[in-house]
Amino acid sequence: MSTGYETTEGRVHTVTGGDWDSVRGAAEGAKERVVVNMGPQHPSTHGVLRMILELEGETVMEARGAIGYLHTGIEKTMEYRSWTQGVTLVTRMDYLTQFFNETAYCMSVEKLLGISDDVPERAKVIRVMMMELCRIQSHLVALGTGGMELGALTAMTNGFRDRELILDIFEGITGLRMNNAYIRPGGVANDIPEGFEKTIADNLTQLKKNLHDNANMLIDNPIWTARNVGTGYLDLTACVALGVTGPLLRATGLPWDLRRMQPYLDYETYEFDVITENTCDNYGRFLIRIREMDESVKIVEQCLDRLRPGAVMVADKRIAWPAQLQVGADGQGNSFEHIRKIMGTSMESLIHHFKLVTEGFTVPTGQAYVPLESPKGEIGAHVVSDGGTRPYRVHFREPSFNNLQAIPALCEGGMVADVIASVASIDPVMGGVDR
Amino acid sequence: MTEPVVPEQRQELHVIDVRTGSFHVQGSGDTSGFAGLTRQVAMPGATSRPFGGWFDQAADVLFERLQTAGIDGVEHVVIDREEMTLFVRREHLLEVARILRDDEYLRFEMCLGVSGVHYPGDTDRELHVIANLLSLTHNRRVRLEVTCPDSDRHVPSLVSLWPSADWHERETWDFFGIIFDGHPALTRIMMPDDWAGHPQRKDYPLNGIDVEFKGATNAAPHTRRSYS
Repeated sequence: MSTGYETTEGRVHTVTGGDWDSVRGAAEGAKERVVVNMGPQHPSTHGVLRMILELEGETVMEARGAIGYLHTGIEKTMEYRSWTQGVTLVTRMDYLTQFFNETAYCMSVEKLLGISDDVPERAKVIRVMMMELCRIQSHLVALGTGGMELGALTAMTNGFRDRELILDIFEGITGLRMNNAYIRPGGVANDIPEGFEKTIADNLTQLKKNLHDNANMLIDNPIWTARNVGTGYLDLTACVALGVTGPLLRATGLPWDLRRMQPYLDYETYEFDVITENTCDNYGRFLIRIREMDESVKIVEQCLDRLRPGAVMVADKRIAWPAQLQVGADGQGNSFEHIRKIMGTSMESLIHHFKLVTEGFTVPTGQAYVPLESPKGEIGAHVVSDGGTRPYRVHFREPSFNNLQAIPALCEGGMVADVIASVASIDPVMGGVDR
Repeated sequence: MTEPVVPEQRQELHVIDVRTGSFHVQGSGDTSGFAGLTRQVAMPGATSRPFGGWFDQAADVLFERLQTAGIDGVEHVVIDREEMTLFVRREHLLEVARILRDDEYLRFEMCLGVSGVHYPGDTDRELHVIANLLSLTHNRRVRLEVTCPDSDRHVPSLVSLWPSADWHERETWDFFGIIFDGHPALTRIMMPDDWAGHPQRKDYPLNGIDVEFKGATNAAPHTRRSYS
């Protein structure tokens, strides 16, 4: 049964479950507009997003987003850690696009260090491969959770099932399924295990089959199209005004993809298509995500062909992490040869290891901004150095944070049920939004 | 062909801080001499022409438009690591930004974000506001940097030109205490509404706590030795 109390703004009801009848009775004859607070604890808001909706009947008259419920002060904490430790923090921002956070941050640090051209070829290919796998799993979660929020539970179970294939690859290479901290300034933390390329190729084969299952199930599904076609309209003018990038921008027909427009990590040499739709609606964004996953599979296959033996970290010993990680008796640790060398034979190597790990390297003064095309849009790392061993300031231009500003434009004037579909189409991850 | 002895382009250095001693340790009775160290922290400052690439053409267009309008809007230009930063005088920020957005040779249609940096040692320019602009038409990027003294923390809001600046400016207000004049609703966005202080400022402590293990204590990060 609902409870209520009087405020200066009118009567406030606390409603749970099926109490709507009593509230409707109370609201009748009073003001027509009902203000509904949705979230921050709500299964359909993609985490702790809060929305304040002003409804007339079932029509949304005004919608406002409220964020900050997952603010963890990552940018501040980074100012008290070394440049390398920063990777451990940025990977926890948007935890579904971890490799994009890490790469954007590391490429910014490399730009400040002036070593962008010294990063070995193999490290670049591994970065591209990890990012594209990451894009697939991020899109799978976007479709899975988005499907769940619209009642399509099989989309969720399928999405998470397929994501496991990619998380298995991540676990095999980095030792962790999420929060990997694998990309480091100068390269990557450790090389791909020997013979692991076959596992990647096998999982990709399985994934390609599953992706088509999933796409076939949803594309012509009458319920899915009824909920998504024509809802959440956002055209090119609105996208540009609101700084919206990623699938939302490409759903307006503009082929804006930084991998093509401002290539980094040799993306200009990979073959793939930039996917666009011209419907400007939730269904267009869904189609873009489905087809982008196929393109990412293509890029990962090209990466596998390009993997040549070689170093995965810059040669400069003043920057490169001194040891490679290796699976030891305890599951994971520094390589046995390295420990034997620094503990048994070389005092200088021990000192060097100790200095680099505790104090870290210094980075010349200046500021750099490196943008990447993440699954959600442009992610940019703005990094400022004062010449010390810690970042002076790190700011992430988070695509989800920016894109959530489009909530009023997407939702106002539509039905309250479409709010769910529209927010799902932005695909925000609150860990990234609030940082 | 011989290499020029003096590089064509000159880069000034802008000192933002002078630090003494080492490891931020004070009053330890140190006799090693390290406590007497002095280090200047200098950021890349004004760059002279030629800027190289499209930077010169864009700067020409901008300065010509500003001259026609009789505005001395740009303090100096910094070209560093292939990125262009325009230091804009805050009283002319909106005029400069409007030219950057609307001129057909510039066309920076998108504002990707606004953020701040706090330089407590940069006297009368303690707070910097940074905006990243993107031109879809010309596929170019430029960074605007505006400074304001800590005693007068006001900067014009960019929301009237780029609605996307809305949440970014709220975040910058929340974290640095910079007031964006003309913002439609400048309220906190990350911290709770009744929070005191602005956490990203350098004078705001990290407030970590020591972590105790069996037989050992791990000091809070802000109390540890710093090498910066």
